[in-house]
Formats: sequence, structure tokens, C-alpha cells
Amino acid sequence: MADLSIDFAGIKSPNPFWLASAPPTNSGYQIMKAFEAGWGGAVWKTLGVPVINVSSRYASINYRDTRMAGFTNIELITDRPLADNLREISEVKKYFPDHAVIASLMVETKEQWHQIIKDVENAGADGIELNFGCPHGMCERGMGSAVGQEPAVLKTIVEWVMEVAQIPVITKLTPNISHIVDPGLAAVQGGTDALSLVNTFKSIVGLDLDAYAPYPVVDGKGTNGGYCGPAVKPIALEMVKELAKHPEIQKTPISGIGGIENWRDVVEFILLGASSVQVCTAAMHYGFGIVREMEAGLLQFMDEKGYNTIYDFVGKALPNVTEWKHLNMKHKVVAEINKDKCIGCDLCYIACDDGAHQAIRIPDGTRIPEVIDENCVGCNLCSLVCPVEECITMEKRDDGSQHLTWDERTAAGNIPTTFNDDLAGGKGHYVPDPADALKHRS
Amino acid sequence: MAEYRRPKTAEEFEQNFAQKKPLMNDTQAYYESSRCLFCYDAPCVQACPTGIDIPLFIKQINTGNKTGAAATIFDANWLGNACGKICPTETLCEGACVYNHQEVPPIQIGRLQNFATDSVIKEDKTLFKPGPSNGKKVAMIGAGPASLACACELRVLGYEVDIFEAKDKPSGLTVYGIAPYKITNEEVLDEVAYLQKQLGFQVHYGQSVTSREKIKELEDEYDALFIGVGLGPTRALRLPGEELPGVVGAVEFIEELRMKHEAVTVPNMVVVIGGGNTAMDAASEASRMGAEVTFLAYRRSKEEMGAYGFEYKLAVSSGAKGLFNVSPVEIVGEEHVRGVKFICTESVDGKLQNKEGSEFVVDCDMVIKATGQAKQGSFFALIDDLKINDWNCIEVNQETYQTSNPRYFAGGDAVNGGAEVVNAAFEGKRAALGIHEWINQ
Ligand SMILES: Cc1cc2nc3c(=O)[nH]c(=O)nc-3n(C[C@H](O)[C@H](O)[C@H](O)COP(=O)(O)OP(=O)(O)OC[C@H]3O[C@@H](n4cnc5c(N)ncnc54)[C@H](O)[C@@H]3O)c2cc1C
Ligand SMILES: Cc1cc2nc3c(=O)[nH]c(=O)nc-3n(C[C@H](O)[C@H](O)[C@H](O)COP(=O)(O)O)c2cc1C
Ligand code: SF4
Ligand code: SF4
Ligand code: SF4
Repeated sequence: MADLSIDFAGIKSPNPFWLASAPPTNSGYQIMKAFEAGWGGAVWKTLGVPVINVSSRYASINYRDTRMAGFTNIELITDRPLADNLREISEVKKYFPDHAVIASLMVETKEQWHQIIKDVENAGADGIELNFGCPHGMCERGMGSAVGQEPAVLKTIVEWVMEVAQIPVITKLTPNISHIVDPGLAAVQGGTDALSLVNTFKSIVGLDLDAYAPYPVVDGKGTNGGYCGPAVKPIALEMVKELAKHPEIQKTPISGIGGIENWRDVVEFILLGASSVQVCTAAMHYGFGIVREMEAGLLQFMDEKGYNTIYDFVGKALPNVTEWKHLNMKHKVVAEINKDKCIGCDLCYIACDDGAHQAIRIPDGTRIPEVIDENCVGCNLCSLVCPVEECITMEKRDDGSQHLTWDERTAAGNIPTTFNDDLAGGKGHYVPDPADALKHRS
Repeated sequence: MAEYRRPKTAEEFEQNFAQKKPLMNDTQAYYESSRCLFCYDAPCVQACPTGIDIPLFIKQINTGNKTGAAATIFDANWLGNACGKICPTETLCEGACVYNHQEVPPIQIGRLQNFATDSVIKEDKTLFKPGPSNGKKVAMIGAGPASLACACELRVLGYEVDIFEAKDKPSGLTVYGIAPYKITNEEVLDEVAYLQKQLGFQVHYGQSVTSREKIKELEDEYDALFIGVGLGPTRALRLPGEELPGVVGAVEFIEELRMKHEAVTVPNMVVVIGGGNTAMDAASEASRMGAEVTFLAYRRSKEEMGAYGFEYKLAVSSGAKGLFNVSPVEIVGEEHVRGVKFICTESVDGKLQNKEGSEFVVDCDMVIKATGQAKQGSFFALIDDLKINDWNCIEVNQETYQTSNPRYFAGGDAVNGGAEVVNAAFEGKRAALGIHEWINQ
């Protein structure tokens, strides 16, 4: 069986599954329970000068019958005294010397940074995570995402930390920024040992229509929250990829965070360059037991692919994530409907006719649609809306012998340059007569 | 006209005995697995006698890891495929699913279980391998689910295993006794073949162990023995006329049905005597074989039947009619059974009493006795120091399934007096761990 253990920038862990700094890591009790359940590491709920929280703190988005597809919170960092947390860190390390305990920190002044780093090192933490991410509350006080959004400030603080830190330092980034490489690079230049991302997204998940206030409502008012959970995974994956592909950041280990709930999510983050993963919402939803599914699935995947350690496939998908201009324009797929599986919902028809390229028709007297091959541009939409597994498949139609990219066409001067250029991709492509839309009137 | 027409071809038999829990397709499995809430300390798991991690395997199905799901199932229950189809899930896992509290249909756990395990069996995916040989040998008597589960577990632990089976097929009542609309013969045998291929236990067929000499032989050759002989033939009613042709025991009738399918002829008028699940099965089966009238005769009231409510409903929907508070006093007939004479009964202060002068005859051409199976007393007598309890079952340690004769372990119907396959699977596995512990102490 494959070996799941990792050495993440010097932090050793029996597996890559860590709990993110958040309520599940609020206490030694929870972290010990999590280690018992199979988690390899935990990033302690962010330590600093303890806060006072409000009541009514979380809200979520239910997508149809799926609860908490997206989750938001307006909680701050730890509200427990530092001494209590330090004592519990030591205790956890006594019971679990081989698991990773990472202390997340957020303070203001250089002196405070130096002091708290010494404190957590003395308590026995295996690493430090700098919380430059919190997008609510703390940023109003000049910390959290207020730092993460200012690369120069971030770099300075990382430098303060690196002056004294004896244990590995991870810098946790906020995604509330248009170009994630800027803070990522600043952290690397400041000397950080590793990066983690994402923290939560600034958001309003919904409104109470009677209170005229955003959720979670606190006595008639609300504030922007930090958004996370399955809904944010795609954005997190993109940001991890951005950093992992950057030549100056590439060598810095990345801990992937954001919407991770099952083994597939884990594998995706690893394939895009993460070498540990952190989970918050899924643990808040289902408890620590979900790690069983992640572990079994990851092992199964590794066995099937013949990988011995996760390092055999960290970043393996990165070479295939490229710029648009390098995609092969000669690649051609066309939708194919398996009539035996089709249940006649005609969602594919209406999606294509109203929302795409009018390439599906319904022969008279039936509900079973047909693809008009010549009109199909291979956009995938019908296959995405079809409710039956493997009913609409996108079939490859080119023979693979030809390869031509936008880049190459540009170099060859073979691209449209004027508004009515003959080279327009859609020129001559079938679209119905506009008046056909009114046919039903007659 | 009866509900079902007499099946004449294999195809018609298959139609009449259409699977109650057919295999799910990918879309069904995806939707159904998406509904599972992944409950903490899930009630469904607590209700499964083998404690399968149900929310885990359902999540594995949902994330496209069917193979992992199958491994999770077999890890807890070696007969995970059969159990998915034949377990009375309504009273076990599915009956415990939290959705029942909201009057939302519970997760179809059995069918999902079958979906995952079916895929690895069909694709012949290797999930297990025998442990390194430890040089020890264990013999099993009977190749029912109890022995099979014990054998698989022992192979993983590195034991050599020989199973001695009287009949010519493995899996005991799973293939010889369970109603054909719950599982097909092929499905039962494919699962056993799948496990046997990976784990390599030996089954010796046509080997009835019925003498002290054979027992001594086995004791000389093996380090430990497992008794998985189940129950015996249908118990006698001790009524006049019982020996008439046309009077059969339920397990014997079902065995013939399972082996010969449409080649069995069931006459027009059938009386099934009994109120347990076997009676319900026999009545459903007789109806599906085309009997015009099938009476289910029970001596107490409908509410007092031992059978599960859903099994009674199934029998009725197959065409059987209930006759309650009637007790058989005589099987009527000269050359062949012609009817059953009943007397009406009533419950007086909780005691069943016959109503004087209320006898009547129900005409029929066949009587199926579903009044319980005999215990294996004469077999038990072959083994020295084997303690038998008041219910004529083997007494075992409830943790290790060791009998009073320390070299013998036992599980399944022979111990629990007749339960479900899932109980036999659990007890067989437990006994394997008991054997391992005892041999290594
Ligand atoms: C009619 C009927 C319907 C049932 N329906 C269901 C159902 O739907 N779902 C469910 O879960 N359970 C059902 N059961 C119960 C289930 O079949 C049993 O609980 C289960 O098969 C018990 O397993 P076992 O291994 O203890 O014994 P068995 O399955 O009885 O197997 C014992 C084996 O030992 C062999 N044997 C016996 N004596 C000897 C000997 N001396 N030497 C060699 N071999 C011997 C027998 O030939 C047999 O193969 C049903 C039972 C009956 C009778
Ligand atoms: C209620 C709540 C509190 C959080 N508190 C912290 C915190 O104190 N420090 C921190 O670095 N991140 C905090 N986070 C962010 C998480 O660590 C994590 O980065 C984010 O939730 C994304 O992961 P997820 O999609 O798995 O939830 C918090 C998140 C939630 C939901
Ligand atoms: S989850 Fe626990 S702490 Fe939160 S509101 Fe409910 S009972 Fe209170
Ligand atoms: S969406 Fe799928 S199922 Fe619905 S009509 Fe189209 S092909 Fe058939
Ligand atoms: S009780 Fe029902 S919903 Fe809960 S874990 Fe079990 S199957 Fe899923």
C-alpha cells in the first residue's frame, strides 16, 4: 500500500490531511479527537490577542437539497487566552508526537510577533502559519486580509517572523485580491518556508428579506462574511495553480485549502501543486469522520495509478494547464446522444437552442432529440445539463494528426483582424433565420 | 384468475420471480447516494448486524470510488453482495435511516450495497489476498454463509481452510432456501466464486459429515473446527394424513423450486401452514408458480404472526389469502392430499383454545408445511462435550463463538436457532477471530 506521509517544508505528518485553522481546531480536545479519527495535522485556531465574538456567526447557501454548498462566517480569531492554548498545544504534542500541530498566528507589532513565536515554539508546535487572510473584523483593525492585500506590508511582517522563527513558517494568503502571485511572491521574498491558500472570500451569502439585512443577522444588522466550502473550490484551485506554476514560487511547498470534502478534491489540489491539504467547512458539516473517505479514496487512487507517495504526482497536471493561445484549434468534438439511455427531458434541446448553438432538434412525434452534427460546435453544454449518466457523450471527430494554436495562427498572420474579417470563426456557421423565433405565432 | 400464470419457460419463470431489488444503474446510484446525510454514529450502521460503515461506502459511491465502496462493504461482511439483496433491510439498516422520521423514503442502502459489490464481482477486481501461511488448518462443516464468512476471514489471517459440504453447491440456504425474487442462483454462486478465487479456501462437495469416524478424522487433521451446519429439514406436524403425497415441507419445496425453476409443477389449490417468514415466502412462491388459490393458514391472529409485515404484504400481493385463527387437525385424502381439516381457535386470556365443533375442511391439492425446521441434534451428538442449550442450539461464548469443546467453534442458524444470512456472516467472521485468538494464546 502507498505511503501517505509527508515532509512539508520540514513539518512531518503521517498524511497530507490537515484541519484548517478554524472552529474545528479551537481546542486540544477537538484536535486530539481529530487525530484519533485519522487526520495527520491541524492548524490551531489563530492565536493572538483574544477577541470577543458576536452571537449569530454563520450562514450558508443551500443549493436545492444540498445544505452548506457555500458557508460564511463572521467569527474572529481565538477568543481563548493564549496560556490556555499553549498548554493544550503541549498536551496534544505529548499524546501525538508524530502528528503535525501548526500554530496559526495573527498579531500587530513586531514585538508581539517575536513574543508569540517564542511562546508557540516553547509549547512544542511543529510549525507556524501566518494568518494574513481573515476578510472580516480583523482587517478593520489592520490585520488579516488588510495585510494580505498589501504585498509590501506582508513582506515586512514575514521578514520580522523569519528573524526569529526556529520552526517552519507557512504564510496563509487571502484570495481577496486580483492577482494572487503578488502576495505569494512577497511572502517568498520575505523568506517564508511555505504558502497556504485560500482563506475565506469576502461575501454576502444572502439577505433576510424581512430584516433587510445580510445573513448572519446580528440584532437587525450584518456585515460581510468570509465565504468558503464546496462552492469556492474552483477559485481556490486556480489560485493554487497560479502560484505552483510561477518560476519564483514553484519550489515553495503549498498547502491547498478551499472546499475540500472528498478524495477527488484532495487529488485535484495535489495535481495542481499542493503537497498538503487543509479542510474546514467539511469538518464543520460532517465531523472528523470524513477523513476516512478521503484516505480510502486517495489510497485507492494511488494504488490504481501505481504511486508510492504523494510526491509521485504533486503538480502532475500543471504542464497541462496552459494559456488559451496554446490550445489546439484542430481538436474537434461533437455531442452524441445515446438514445437507449435518453429519458426525453429535452433539457439538452432547449439548452442548445436557447443557450448555445441550435444544434439539437426534436424529430416530430418524439421526445428523443438528435444532434445536428454540422451545427454542433462541441461546447459540452448539452452533456452538462443531461440528467442521465453517460447519456450524452462528446465524441472526438478529428483524427489527431493536425495541430494549430492561436499563437501559431498569429505568427502566421492567419487571424481575423477586421470587424468583418473572412477569417471569423463563426462565418458561414449555421444560425437560424431571426424570424424563425416567431414561427409559433402563425 | 390467479395473479400469475404458470411459468413454462425460463423467461416466464424469470418474469414471475422478477427481482424485488434490481441492480441500480449509475444514475440511480448517483441520485440515491447524493441523498445520504453522512450521519454521525449513524443509526443505519448500528442496525446492521455486521456494522458496515454505510455512510462511508455511500459517499465512496457518490465520489466515483465504487471499488473502495465494495472494499468497505466486504471488510465488514464477506457476503456483502448477497446481503444487499436479501437482507430484510426494512427492519435493519433502512428501517433505522433517519429519513424515516420525516416520512421521506429511507436511503436504499441494500441496493446501493449491491451496486458497489456487483461491479467488482462482474469486473473480477481483486480486493483481498490470503495472508502469509501460518501452517495451521481449520475444517468447516457445512458451506453455508456462516462457514464461508469464517473461511474468508481465516484465509486473510493465513490459515488453510477446508469446507465439507453435504450438497453440491456452496452458500447453504442462500442458494437453496431464499426466495428466487430476492436473488438469483447465479448471483449467489458468482459472489462465492469471486471470493474463493481471491482467497482460495477449499470446498469439498458431497461430503456429509455424519459419523463419529469422520469427526475423529477431522479432529486428527485440523487445528480447529467450525460448525456451520444450519438447521435440519422441516419439522413434522404429527397430524393424521401427513404422509400423504402432496404434503411437503417448505424448505424442501423451496429447494426444489430453486434448483428446478419452471420444471416444478404447483397444483391449483395450495394450503401453506405457518405464520413465519418461511410461510410467507412459500405462499408467494406457490402463487408465482401459478396456483389458482393459495391459502396462508395460521393458528393465531394476523397481528401475532412472526413474519415481517412487509413479507405478508408481498405474499398477499402475489395472490395469497390469509386464513387466521385456524389450527390444522388432519390432512384429508386417500391416495393423495385432498384437503386440510382445520378447527377455529380463539385467544382466551392469552391462551390459544380450540372452538368446539368449529371444524371445517379446506380443499387443496398441496399442503406446504412451514412450521419450522428441526435442529441438528443427531449431528451435534457426534461431537464430544458439545453443550446444547434449551432451544437445541449449540451453546457458544458470545464474543468468540467457541463451544464447550474448545476445538470447536460455531455460528449461524445452528447457534442462533434460525436468523438471517447477515447474522450468519457476522457470527462466522467473529468465530474466525475467536479461532485465531485461541490458536495463538
Ligand atoms: C425459506 C427460507 C427463507 C429465508 N430467507 C432469508 C432472506 O430472505 N434473507 C436472509 O437474510 N435470510 C433468509 N433465511 C435465513 C438464512 O438462509 C439462514 O439464516 C442462513 O442461511 C444460515 O446460514 P448457516 O451458514 O448457518 O446455515 P445454512 O445456510 O443452512 O447452511 C448450512 C450448510 O451446511 C450443510 N450441512 C448441514 N449438515 C451437514 C453435515 N452434517 N455435513 C456437511 N454439510 C452439512 C448444508 O447442506 C448447508 O449447505 C431464510 C431461510 C429460509 C429457510
Ligand atoms: C468559522 C470559520 C472560522 C475561521 N477562522 C479562521 C482563523 O481563525 N484563522 C484562519 O487562518 N482561517 C480561518 N478560517 C478559514 C479556514 O481556515 C479556511 O481557510 C477556509 O474556511 C477555507 O476552507 P474550507 O472551504 O475547507 O472551509 C475560518 C473559517 C471558518 C468557516
Ligand atoms: S451548533 Fe452548538 S453552539 Fe452552535 S448554535 Fe447549535 S447548539 Fe449552539
Ligand atoms: S438531456 Fe439527456 S435525457 Fe434529456 S432529452 Fe437530452 S439526451 Fe435525453
Ligand atoms: S441513517 Fe440514512 S441518511 Fe443517515 S447515514 Fe445512514 S443511510 Fe445515510
